[in-house]
This record gives sequence, structure tokens and C-alpha cells, in this order.
Amino acid sequence: MTGTRLTKGGRIDRSATLQFQLEGRRFTGYAGDTLASALLANGIRVFGRSFKYHRPRGILASGIQEPNALMTVGTGSRRIPNLPATSVELYDGLVCERQNGWPSVDFDIGSVFGLFARFLSAGFYYKTFIGPTRGSWMFYERWIRRAAGLGRATHEPDSARYDHRHHHTDVLVIGSGPAGLAAALAAGRAGSRVLLVEQDSMAGGSLLDSPIGTDDDQLRSALLAQLVALPTVQILTHTSVFGLYDGLAAGMVERRPVIQGVSAPSEVLHIVRANQIIHATGALEQPLLFGNNDRPGVMLAGAVRAHLHRYALRLGDEVVVVTNHDSAWSAAFDLADAGARVTVVDERPAPNADLLQGAKDRAIAVRVHTVATRVFGSNGVKALEVRDAESGAVARIACDLVAMSGGWIPTVQLTTHGGVRTVFNPTLGVHVAGPMAAGQSIAGAASGDPTDPLKQGHAVGVRAAQALGFSADAGLAPESAWSSVPLMTTRTSASLPAQSKVFIDFQSDVTLSDMHVSLEDGFESPEHLKRYTALGMATDQGKSSHYNGLTTLSALRGQAMGALGTTTHRPPYTPVTVGVLAGRSVGLHFRATRRTPMHEWHMANGVTMIEAGPWFRPWYYRWAGADVGSAYIEEMRVVRSRVGLSDVSSLGKIELTGPDVGIFLDRVYVNGFSSLAVGKARYGVMLNDDGTVLDDGTTARLGEHRYFLTTTTAQAGEVMSWLEFLLQTVWPDLRVQAVSVTDRWAAMSLAGPYARDVLARALPEIDVSNAALPHMGVMERQIGEMPVRIGRLSFSGELAYEVYVPADYGVGMWEHLLAVGADVGIRPYGLEALASLRIEKGHVAGIELDHRNTLRDLGLGKMGSRAKSYIGRALSERSELVDTQRWSLVGLELVEPAGKLRGGAILFAKDEPIQGHGRGYITSVTWSTVHERLIALALYRGGLNHVGEEIVCAYPLRGEQVRARIVSPMFIDPAGERLHA
Amino acid sequence: MLRIPCPHCGVRDYTEFRYAGDASKSRPSLEITDVKTWHDHVFLFDNPKGMHQEYWQHVQGCRQWLVLERDTSTNTVSRAWFARQGKSS
Amino acid sequence: MSELSRYSAWSIARRGLSGARWRRAWRAAEPRKSYDVVIIGGGGHGLATAYYLAANHGITNVAVLERGYLGSGNVGRNTTLVRSNYQLPGNTEFFEHSLKLWEGLSHELNYNVMLSQRGQLVLAHGPGQFDVLARKGNTMRLNGIDAELLEREDVQRLVPFLDYSSHCRFPIYGGLFQPRAGTVRHDAVAWGYARAADHLGVDLIENCEVTGFVRDGDRVTGVETSRGVINAGRTVLSVAGHSSHLTRLLNWRLPIESHLLQAFVTESIKPFLDHVISFGADLYYISQSDRGGMVFGGHIDGFNSYTQRGQLPKVQTVAECAIALMPGMSRLRVLRHWGGIQDMTPDGSPFMGRTPFRDLYLNAGWCYQGFKATPATGWCMAHTIAHEEEHPLIRHLGVDRFERGNGHDEYGLGLWTYKQ
Repeated sequence: MTGTRLTKGGRIDRSATLQFQLEGRRFTGYAGDTLASALLANGIRVFGRSFKYHRPRGILASGIQEPNALMTVGTGSRRIPNLPATSVELYDGLVCERQNGWPSVDFDIGSVFGLFARFLSAGFYYKTFIGPTRGSWMFYERWIRRAAGLGRATHEPDSARYDHRHHHTDVLVIGSGPAGLAAALAAGRAGSRVLLVEQDSMAGGSLLDSPIGTDDDQLRSALLAQLVALPTVQILTHTSVFGLYDGLAAGMVERRPVIQGVSAPSEVLHIVRANQIIHATGALEQPLLFGNNDRPGVMLAGAVRAHLHRYALRLGDEVVVVTNHDSAWSAAFDLADAGARVTVVDERPAPNADLLQGAKDRAIAVRVHTVATRVFGSNGVKALEVRDAESGAVARIACDLVAMSGGWIPTVQLTTHGGVRTVFNPTLGVHVAGPMAAGQSIAGAASGDPTDPLKQGHAVGVRAAQALGFSADAGLAPESAWSSVPLMTTRTSASLPAQSKVFIDFQSDVTLSDMHVSLEDGFESPEHLKRYTALGMATDQGKSSHYNGLTTLSALRGQAMGALGTTTHRPPYTPVTVGVLAGRSVGLHFRATRRTPMHEWHMANGVTMIEAGPWFRPWYYRWAGADVGSAYIEEMRVVRSRVGLSDVSSLGKIELTGPDVGIFLDRVYVNGFSSLAVGKARYGVMLNDDGTVLDDGTTARLGEHRYFLTTTTAQAGEVMSWLEFLLQTVWPDLRVQAVSVTDRWAAMSLAGPYARDVLARALPEIDVSNAALPHMGVMERQIGEMPVRIGRLSFSGELAYEVYVPADYGVGMWEHLLAVGADVGIRPYGLEALASLRIEKGHVAGIELDHRNTLRDLGLGKMGSRAKSYIGRALSERSELVDTQRWSLVGLELVEPAGKLRGGAILFAKDEPIQGHGRGYITSVTWSTVHERLIALALYRGGLNHVGEEIVCAYPLRGEQVRARIVSPMFIDPAGERLHA
Repeated sequence: MLRIPCPHCGVRDYTEFRYAGDASKSRPSLEITDVKTWHDHVFLFDNPKGMHQEYWQHVQGCRQWLVLERDTSTNTVSRAWFARQGKSS
Repeated sequence: MSELSRYSAWSIARRGLSGARWRRAWRAAEPRKSYDVVIIGGGGHGLATAYYLAANHGITNVAVLERGYLGSGNVGRNTTLVRSNYQLPGNTEFFEHSLKLWEGLSHELNYNVMLSQRGQLVLAHGPGQFDVLARKGNTMRLNGIDAELLEREDVQRLVPFLDYSSHCRFPIYGGLFQPRAGTVRHDAVAWGYARAADHLGVDLIENCEVTGFVRDGDRVTGVETSRGVINAGRTVLSVAGHSSHLTRLLNWRLPIESHLLQAFVTESIKPFLDHVISFGADLYYISQSDRGGMVFGGHIDGFNSYTQRGQLPKVQTVAECAIALMPGMSRLRVLRHWGGIQDMTPDGSPFMGRTPFRDLYLNAGWCYQGFKATPATGWCMAHTIAHEEEHPLIRHLGVDRFERGNGHDEYGLGLWTYKQ
């Protein structure tokens, strides 16, 4: 294999020279080259080392089918391993390296593995490395992991950008060979919108493998010209359909050209929702099985031909074309025409006379009824050994290139994604797609139908359009002298060679002898074989190995192909970059972000934010301290001694209107709401159907038929959907409208002894005196253009007000309150202080509301109305849930001043052994500025029956055990004097 | 990608919807306090391999709760209607 | 020619040099008319149950019936993680028993299941989550299980290439590390149990689909199959994903929905990640296989399904998680993604033990955690069948537990985990 670049021909642009580097060596290629063709033109023959035996490997195939020539392309944050060189388009400045060889691919120490091949066969790992001790595998594994793997990846963040596009189309045509072009043309002419997708860099499929100017080439140009003229047709090249999904959706990735210095997306994920899908995916040529069939210089005949016509590369001077059918002969003819000395070895006793005549015309030596047995040469081909099937005579043909073809199999991977099973067609000798699912059709070589692909494509195109109601004249099917693709025939066992180095899966290094061992071990179904030997599981997804595995299995087991079954093809059809799937949803855009109306103010005023689900909430402010541990305590002190302002806009807010809201809420909440007076609010708890607590919050009655309900930040969406579910499916008769107004209102909590003073001065138009607005009172007012809602609600135990204004007024009101309160020392406070204040008051929050606790567990048992039924009541009475030995909410105070209370500590009675599951655990901890010590909320078996007892809080993760005393969870103001002040 | 024919908004990706399981069951009245009845309703499922009536809410659309009829062995969707219209419509 | 039955480096050498042949991993057994125990489902759990029935209890007149090929269910579709970081009473002990069995399994079965105790790191992305992990870790330690609480700096030392940048949407706050957790070569588990059970006399019958039950009143006395009626002293249902489908034949409704869980593998690369990592900002977990592929998964697709075909948006969500956790994943390429059908239960915990039908035993409802439970499930189910009474480790997992309010919601996700 010399890699001679011909002086003319090919689809390369000799005027556009591109520089690139392989392992520090500089080369040039042309625009239109692939990395593979450019390297071949530069005389590179070894493209990598194999997975297991580290054998030198060259190019086997063209395009995405290539199993061997996986290369690492790019550097730094753009370094991508495992790219098939045959599908990488050459660009200026490309940097690449070969893989899996040490110290180099050309001289690889790992190739000693090949010497032990007879021991390393299928099942090897399951049978050994078991001892001597139980943990031995961990020792061996380190070395095995290093030897395995393909390329080396970098941990650096990816600097490439990826985009997403969505398409809605009438007809998606996958593949732009003759069938696909004809289908797209017919469907487009009929009036439907068509998306034609081609994974190659140009449309044309197999038509591209013929020289420019030939009939095939002219056909391609003519069809493309007609398609481009149709406004209804869009053509996407460089785009691989990697998967078909339910609902006739397709996932596809478009590779974008790399232009140095230009920032553009590297790849684009196209998600197509189609009404009809036409598969015109062609066929894949399969290797033949003979000894050392993996050597660099042994290639698929079609790939040899493609490299000749597309890249103007004659890859050998002395070529043996070895095959069992007609199609490979065209490669032989074309190579001879290009000046190579060619021998054809055909398994068949009597190939067609036209072929023999063609060979004779070109002085091609022909050996019929002859099979290849093995290749000589290691880093390249020196000779091919063949055997006369009749006489058994063995001969050696000197050569530098072997072009082989075992036939073609339909590309049906994508149809199986959609649930269509493949069935064996005994006439063709291959598996074809079974009956297609609704909305899908298949044409050309992919269908297994060997008749004219243009006619087939035209017919399915017309039918797809008609099924969607498009009936414009689609014209006649294009005419051409196109010869159909010959399909693979099932091999007989007689042709299976006995040598051990017959490769079936090149990339996974699965040989014929591995298959023998697999069957000997009893792994004889296609799925077991695949999993036991890794056959077909490499990056090429078995495109050149899966079928040879199946036919070999059939022969070895003496079982007909049809009775064998096959394995399932999984998406993606070709590997898909993780990055393109994620698109722009990376970094800070990993998930949507919700910000309160006062977000920018917080950012400008020294906040540290914390994530609360999708929300960013103020955690603490730097005025109070440099870290959360000191800041929240200062913030608490301000609230307890003066007044603080906190942003609570993330609370869920639901407006309920209608005559039956009271009845509805009575059913939803454990406590009653129909009895709530207008202008009053009430704390409510709702249960899940199973009796555990779903959520809590306050609900205000703003008018006779108008309620304003709040939820926790975490459960806002859940509760809204739940209320809608109940109203629409369970009680559609109730006259209630529910609207989420979470984003409409900015909400802030003004808390502390000076709260009323500040509020009164800030809103002089409104009477907020104790008489006008008592504890749990709410009012709705209008100040100029601005509506405002004020509720005297407190979770901190302080005199406190929640102030609601429309989102646009949020910052204004926030700044106004801070300005007015400046003289009394008002300060903003964050979530940490907010949560700590509620602990002091004994209010449960998210960490206690974890769907596992009942009303009683949370010390709220008395809230459950006895007078009415409510959701969750029935199942909350289940025996286990009313057991008094369940845990329930208690307070803890630290007894040892030096110790620490920590969330997640496990609780034990004072004198019992510290082991097992204990009697409960600490849910929340804070420093109490009132008691000047650490306090906690906890769930403890038997709950408040144990008040006054000293217990042990175990935190073995830090080797800590501290003593604490069980107290009421109401650490402050048990009588509510502050609240009502 | 599962596509759901919302009777109000048209055919949309399932990701716009929230799923809520079996819609063929009859929810007991709140007046019923019998644990067994509620247990069976909340915890037991036909879970058929085949036609399934199920609740979906178009949360990113009209907010309507729908009943969708879908074959769980193929994901073939046959029809959808507003849940407020009752069990079958 | 001699037949090699025991696996070792020595026997491999003999096979390589002398041409001796391997004994088949298991016979292709023909179904007999009757067995003491018939196990429906030739997955990891069914095979492990058969093995321990024979090995621990001397019950060898056992058949395992498999609709497809052995190991065709979730044992061959999962992300291969094993761990025992559980906090609820009952769960902690059960999964630790399982991990202990994993630790001796290759020896016990004379089959290398490639247990790799590379450690699992569960991440917390805020103080609240950190406390939840602490509770779990403390419980583990108090039950004699290894666990280490890691601060952010410790996490960064252990795995330096996660996203610690200022562009991280949910910054890492800390984590809980279990050194003994790790991965197992999943297929090998099915094959190892199958081979060991077969060698003890168990009949493994592939391509045998159960189509009905033979009943005598409330007693199940056998099964109707695609290969004829088989009588059974005791019958065990071990058909993850399809449990309801079979109990329908008995008019018996289970607290189960069948859901699809996808899993993913990238192309092989040289060692890239040495631990198992679980993200905390969404359900996502990743490790690297010995072949070099990055193996990962996320949430269920989110609606009842028996299709084994995943939805594309879930593929995207998981890819987003992959990069959010480990930015270097962005350039790697997904080689395959596939789906398995799993039983989802109201509390996320499984069902094991006796049933309302005499002589019928249930093993179902494994949600996300069936694989790691394989040895302990087999062990405890075998005990339960042999003694006609639940093994102490699974007493809390009765299928009737919701009648008493005895749910075991390990993760506090509430009634149905598809709620989001």
C-alpha cells in the first residue's frame, strides 16, 4: 500500500492546501480530504493499535463504518479521542495523534499481548483473577484498566459551543443516495415539506463513489439540482441521524466545519418531529474472514474504490480483490484502469461472464472457486494466501493491498430504534426490516429490495406525501442505468478458516477462536455471545462485525440464520457527543434560574446567595459578617432586638376565587377555612393522600369569595398542580378558580420589635395599629397606583408583617422600608437567619416536611379538625401512623457548653449503647441569640413525653457524642406575647 | 418522543406535561374513612401492559388536566380529553 | 479430552496448551413435569435465589424459568453500582448484608464478578443536603458500616476534576463517601449464579414464558408455560419490571407501576474516573467500566412504560447532569443508551416474602436498587422459601405494609417518585 495520490480526479480541491499535524509531524492535504485520506496520501499506514492485542491497524472502511482508525483530534480543551479518521473532514491546523500504543503506535510494547492470545480468549476475565484473596481483583484491575480503553481524554472543561435546533417537517428522508434523492424529490414535488438528511459531507451516497463525469455522477447532479430548486425541500449534510424516538421524532447531530479563529458552534443537535419518515440508509459492506484479515492494507473493496474516486488515492500497486459476489469486481476494474496490477479471487465457481470478460479486457488475473486463507505481513500486506476450494491447493499472491468484500447488509439500525424487528430473508440471505411502523417506510438498499432504488424511492416519497394529504403531481421516477446493490449471502461453514487470528470484530479484538470458546462455555445465543465476547459493542456499533458474528454463529451452531434471532440495536447509530446533547444547558444555565424582584438589589448590597431549588435566595449579607456562621447570628440579633427585612418572594402564591373556595380549602387543609373571617389569615397544613404532610403555609381571606394562599418555596409547583387536579378531576362542580400569582407579587417580611413603627412611618396612608391590624390580620390597600397587601404574620415569633406589592414595585418598597427604618437600625436578613428564627419559634420547615412525617409527628396533631373530613385523613389513621412510639418533634438544648449540636446526629437515651438506629435524629440546628446557646429541633421516639430527659447526640462521622436535654420546641415566647404586642 | 394531543393546545412534547398515573380508578369520597378503600385506591394499580388511561396536566400550556389513552407496550397514543369531562369522552 | 469445570489461571493454561475443553457454564435444561420450587425469572435475583436454595438449604429440585435468555432483564441493563449507604432501619442491615455477600462472591461462585470497591461519593450541594447525608452516614457508622463525611475541600482532593468553578449552577458543598462501595461486572453476576446453581443441580430453562398459574383454591400449585405445564411445590415471582403483568393472571393488583429507566455508556477511554459519583442536584450517577466506557444514568423517564425505549429529552437531561458534575465529560461521546423496565413502588422500597396466595412468593418492586440487592435478595428469598417464613432482614418489606402505614421511604420523595 503506497498511497499514491493521482494527479487528477477525485472530489478534492488541489488548489486548497491544508496543513495539519500528526504527533508533531507536519503534513499537507487538500480541501475535500478526510483525515484518513490525507494521511494515506502521506504514506501513513498504521493508524492505531487494537484494543486487546495491540495489533497494528490501518484503514478498513470509509466514513462512519471504520472500526480501526480511531484518532485523537484537537488539543487542550478541544481534545477529542476516538474519532474515526475516515469521518473527520480535514481542516487547516488540525492536530491529531494515534491511540493505544506505548511508547508509540509504530512501536508498541503492548503488542506482546498478542503472544498470549490463546490464553486471553473470551471469558478469560471471568475465569481468573479470582484469588488468592477476596480483594485480589482490585490489585489486577488497576493494570487491566490501564491497558484497556482507547484514547486518552482530558478533564478540562470543553471550550466548544453546541447549539440546538428544532424542526417540524412533513417528511424526513434519511440518506441521500439514489433512493433518498428520488424519495425527497417525489415527496417535495407532491407538495410536502421535506427534510433530507445526509451524514456525509455531500449528498449523493453511493453515487459519490463513482468518478466525476460518469452516469452516476451526472444522475446525482441532476437530482440535486431539481431538489435545490424546490422550495419545500431542505437538505442537511454533515448530519447524522443517531436515533429514532417515539412520536416519529429523530435526534440528529450536524458537524460544523472547524475554521481556525472563528467562534461557532462545533456541533448542532437537530430534533426533528416528522409526520412521515423514509429510511434510505443504504447498505454496509462486510469484511471476509481469513487469517490476519485485520492487517493494515486489508480494506473493504468499496472503501478502496471510494478512496480512488473520491480522494484520488490508488492505495496499492499490486492488489488482490477477494470476494464472493459481483460488486467488488468494479473495484478491481477501476483499480486496473488506474494502473494497478490486480488479481481477483472469487469464492464462486463461475462468476458472470461479463465480469470475466471485463477482467480479461484489463489483464486482471482471476482465480475462481478460491478463498483467501491468510495475509502475510505485519505493519502492511506482503502477500495473500489463497486456497483452491476444489483441489485444496494453496497459493501465495504477492500484493500490497487486499480489497475484500463479503457482500452488503441493509442498514436497518434506525428502523429497529422505532421498535421494528428485523427478519431474515432467506432469498437475499440477510436480515431486513420487518413490517414498518405507522408513518415509516424504507427504500433502496436499506430495504433489501434489489430492484431500482430510484423507482423505490420515488414510490415511497409519493406514498408518504399522499398519506399526509399532499397530492400535487410528483412526476415520474428518475431513469438511470443504476445497477442495484448486491446483498450478502450467508456463508457456509466450509468457508470458515481454522486459524486463530481471524478477526470478526476488529475493534473489540474478537476472533473466530473467541467464538469457539464462547460456544464451548455455553454462550450461544446472539445476545449472550455479544455480552460474553463484546462482539459488536465497540464504537462502530458492530457495523462491520455484528453480521459476520451472526453468520459465523449460524455456521458453528449449524442453525439456520432465521432461527437464530439477532441482537437489539440501540441508539445512537453513531456516537454522539455528550456536549451537543446538553447544548447551552451548561454552567450557570444547567438549570433555569428564578430570581426575586429584589435580586439585583441584593447583589449590589453584599449578599451571598444560596440555591433553593430553582431560586436564588439571599443566604446572608456581608454587613453582618464575613461568613454564614457569624453573619446569621448578627442578623438574628437585629430581628430580635430591632427590626429586619427579608425577601420572601419565592413563596408560592395562589389566588383562589369563587363562592366555594371555603369548602374547597376545608377539604384540602386539615384545619378549617370556610370559617375564616374576611381580613384574617390562618396557618394551614395539607396532607398527601397517604396521610403524610404535603405542605404548610398561611392563607388569607381577602374577600367573601377571595382567598390568597401561600405555599413553601419548595412545594409551590406541586401544590398548584394538586389544587388544579382536585378542581378539574375530583370536584369539577366546585365553583373555584385557582391562579398562580407567585411571580406577580414581591413579598418581604418585616420582623422585629420596631416592625410596626417602621411600617407605620413607611405607609402613613394606612392604619397598621394593633387594633386595625391584629395578629393574623390582613389588609388590602391601594397607595396611588400601587396595590399593597399586608398581613401580620410571623414565623420568627417576633412582631412581623408580610408586605406584598406587585413585582415591579418590589425594589421600591424594599428600599423605602430600609430607608424609613434606618434610624431604628433596620437591616436586611437572609435565609439562614430566617430559618434560625423559625427554629427558635419551633416552626417546622422543609427539612421536617419530607413526606415521611404525619401531622402528629410534627407536633401539629391538634390542628387536624375532627369536625370535617379532609384529604389524607383516612390513611393518616393507619395503625403504624398513630403509634405513640413514633418519633415526633422535640426541642433540644445543648447541655455541654463545649460541644456542638449538628444536623444529622442520631439520638440515643442517656444510658443505652450508642449503636444501631437510635431513637431519632436532629433535623435543624441554630445558635439561639435568646438563650445564647445551641438549640435544635429533632424527631425523637415518644416525643414530648421525654421533656427534661438528658439524651446523647451521636455524630460518629466526626467522632462526637454530646449530651443534650429534650425541651419544648417553642424556645421563645411560648405565650405569644411578642406576636400580639 | 412521546407526543400528546392536548385538546386545547394541539400536539405537544410530553415534556410540557406532568404525569400523574392511572386515571381509570374512582377516587373514594372524602366521607369514606375506611382505610382499606383508601389503601386500595392510593396504593394498588392495574399497571397494564397495553391500553392505559392516565392523567397528564399540560403544565407548560393550558394547565388543563387530561386523560390520555396510551398503549404502554408501544407508547402509541390513541386519544386525549379534558379530565373534567369525566372518565371517557 | 478432559473437561475443565473449575476456573483458575491454571485451568486457563491447560485449556490453552492441552486443548482440554471447558464444561458449559450451564446445561440447556429441558423442563420436567414438576419441581419443589419454580422460580419465574432468570435474572440476577431469580438465579441468586436458586443458587442459595441449593447451596444454603439443600433444595436442588429447582427450576428457573426465563422468557428470553438468562440475564436478559435488568441485571444486564443497570449501571453496575453496589453500595450499602442506607439509613432506614431494615434497609441499612439488608444492603450491608448484600455488600458483604458481594465481597465474597467471586470466591463463592468461582467466577470473577469483578467487584471493584473503588468507593462511592454522594454529593451535597447545600447545608440542608449535607445534614441529610450526615444522618445517613452517622447511621451507617452506628451500624458498623464504613462512611466518611467530606467537606468541599475533601471532595476536591478526592476528585479534582468536578466543577468547582464560579460558573457552577449548584456548587458542591460536601459529600458522603463509602469506600467499600463500587461496581460489579453486571452480566457476570447472572452468569456466575447460573453456573453455580446449575452445577448444584438446578434446571435453568431459557425461552420458557409463563402464561398462567395453576391454582387449587388460594394455593398456587404450578405454572402454565410456553413449554407446557410445570407443577411446583412453591412458586417464586422474580420478574422485575413485569411483576404486575404476571400477577394480573391471578387477578391480584400490586402497589407497583412499571417505569422505564435509561442507562448510558460512552466510548472507551483510558482511566478517567476512579470512583463512583452520585450528583446531588439531580438524580445522576456515574462510574467508569473496566473496559473504559463511562457508565451513567439518571431518573426514570416518568410515565408507565413497558417499551424499553427511552425518550430523547431524558437523554438530554442526563447529558446536562454529566457536564454539570464533570465538565470534561462534554467531549466524550455516548456510544449506547438503552432502557430497562423497573417496578416502581409508592415508597421506593421493594416487596419480598409470602403473598395472599399459599406457596406463592413475591420478589418485586425494586425501583432503582435491584442490582446491588442481588445477593441478599437471593439469600433472604431462599431462606424465606425454605422456612416458609420471612428472613428477619426482609420482614419490613411485606407487600401489605401500606395497609398499616409501614412505608419505607428511604429518600423522602413522597408517594410517587415521578412527581417533580
